[in-house]
Amino acid sequence: MQVPNVMEAGVEGTVLKAEVRDLDFYYGAFHALKRVSMPIYDRHVTALIGPSGCGKSTLLRCFNRMHDLYPGNRYAGGGIVFHPDNTNLLSPEVDPIEVRMRISMVFQKPNPFPKSIYENVAYSLRVRGMRNKNELDDRVESALKGAALWNEVSNRLGELGANLSGGQQQRLCIARALASDPEIILFDEPTSALDPIATASIEELVTELKEKVTILIVTHNMQQAARISDYTAYMYLGEMVEFGITDQLFIKPQKKATEDYITGRFG
Amino acid sequence: MSASASAPTLPASIGQGISDRLSKKASRHVKERIIETVLFAAAAFSVFVTLAIVYVLVKESWSFFEHVPLTDFLFDTQWTPLFDDAHYGIVVLLSGTLTSSAVALVVAIPLGTIIALYLSEFAGFKVREIAKPFLELLGGVPTIVYGYFALTFLTPILQKIYPDLPGFNLLSAGLVMGVMIIPYVASLSEDAMRAVPMALREGSYAMGATRLQTALWVVTPAATSGIASAYILGISRAVGETMILAVAAGMQPNLTFNPTEPGATITSYIVQVALGDLPHGSIGYQTIFAAGLTLLLMTLFFNLLGHWLRKRFREVY
Repeated sequence: MQVPNVMEAGVEGTVLKAEVRDLDFYYGAFHALKRVSMPIYDRHVTALIGPSGCGKSTLLRCFNRMHDLYPGNRYAGGGIVFHPDNTNLLSPEVDPIEVRMRISMVFQKPNPFPKSIYENVAYSLRVRGMRNKNELDDRVESALKGAALWNEVSNRLGELGANLSGGQQQRLCIARALASDPEIILFDEPTSALDPIATASIEELVTELKEKVTILIVTHNMQQAARISDYTAYMYLGEMVEFGITDQLFIKPQKKATEDYITGRFG
Repeated sequence: MSASASAPTLPASIGQGISDRLSKKASRHVKERIIETVLFAAAAFSVFVTLAIVYVLVKESWSFFEHVPLTDFLFDTQWTPLFDDAHYGIVVLLSGTLTSSAVALVVAIPLGTIIALYLSEFAGFKVREIAKPFLELLGGVPTIVYGYFALTFLTPILQKIYPDLPGFNLLSAGLVMGVMIIPYVASLSEDAMRAVPMALREGSYAMGATRLQTALWVVTPAATSGIASAYILGISRAVGETMILAVAAGMQPNLTFNPTEPGATITSYIVQVALGDLPHGSIGYQTIFAAGLTLLLMTLFFNLLGHWLRKRFREVY
């Protein structure tokens, strides 16, 4: 399959935040990503779509080196160039912890820590050694405001995060990801465990967040990708089939395979 | 059965007959009842044995307390039931039990927790597969062997460091008892830590946490209730341990909280009397039931505490 020319899709005035270049990735002997290339534009939302097992979550988890946690995973070629550092995130000399400080993540199922709401948000600051109470208070407040949760929890910051509703828990996880001022936030199907109302609030939030931060989101829901993303990448069987501006990709896909998928004839 | 009670609301013409296919099968019913009875009997047996033990302890203790006032038992500071001038102060034995248990726990809780953290959060698959069986072997060593290990190996070493240490002492017995308890604390704590969902760890790593930060700040709090249960089990083992203390701690009733002295514990006293030639039914003999009842109440207290801790810190993930 031909590798799409990633730069073609760019629009005037957009800045590259990261580029995936000819990335190969293996789970043991399984070739999960095959020469994948795509751009990530600064302060835009990029959606990864495709049927289950197509490698979209695998690609997402390369960005913050989550694969390093498990034995047998292997970055086998190519890389992810991070800007403005112009550094390959997958290089063995790059410290995954430093990567995760810059590139944060929100998971599929809300996973608040068994701690208070305050401590959940303060966590990413505490792991950086922040001890100053006033600074922590300020950062926690602004992160909770950024995640549109402050009004609901400002008077009960000491309660367990697990006491919140599912949608609130997911916003708490977004606040947690925001607290450290990351440059990219990765969302791995953030609404698949939520009801439609909570989903709408998360989608609205994602759209607001792109003012400040670059967003990469994996979603099973094509309508969601169409609603909130600026760019969309369609993946199939570990390959990047098509990358484009979301409106163009959904209205006039270049590839027959993409059209089949987004029209529901397949997948 | 009760479902037929709602049938009258149906029109009279419906459900009058019962077809062969749907009627109750007698053989199935009987089999179910037999199995249920067998299962109930098995469950009832353990309850019966527990009650029988409590009955024996309470009955024998009752006749003991007919001769010895409860206040003497609780507040006397001497334990000399076999002397002419008999005293029955359980605190003497209790001090031995508490001191040796404290020494054991000072060893077992920190080491057990650290081992659990290592095995659960740091060790690779291979290391864990090799280390765990060895750890469990430590728990399988007969306690009499531990007792002689304390008496003939550890005590001489401790005497080199601390020459005044008597040959029989609570310290050496307690330290070895701690080693014996490590596997219980480590194994149960590790189970609790491993039960923490991977999603929580990933959340922590994704925030830029190190392994140690994840282990201490996320996994351990999430596993609190299981770890607390492990500690309680360790305490119960320490309080109930007999042989190590009987062999290495001297069996001399001694009101002390100083581990470098010899001492008798509730359990080692019971062994001493049970093996001796006191006539059954004598006061001296009945002391062991009063001591046994005290022990039972202590372990009951710890079990209840463990139960409460489990409920209080129920895993919330």
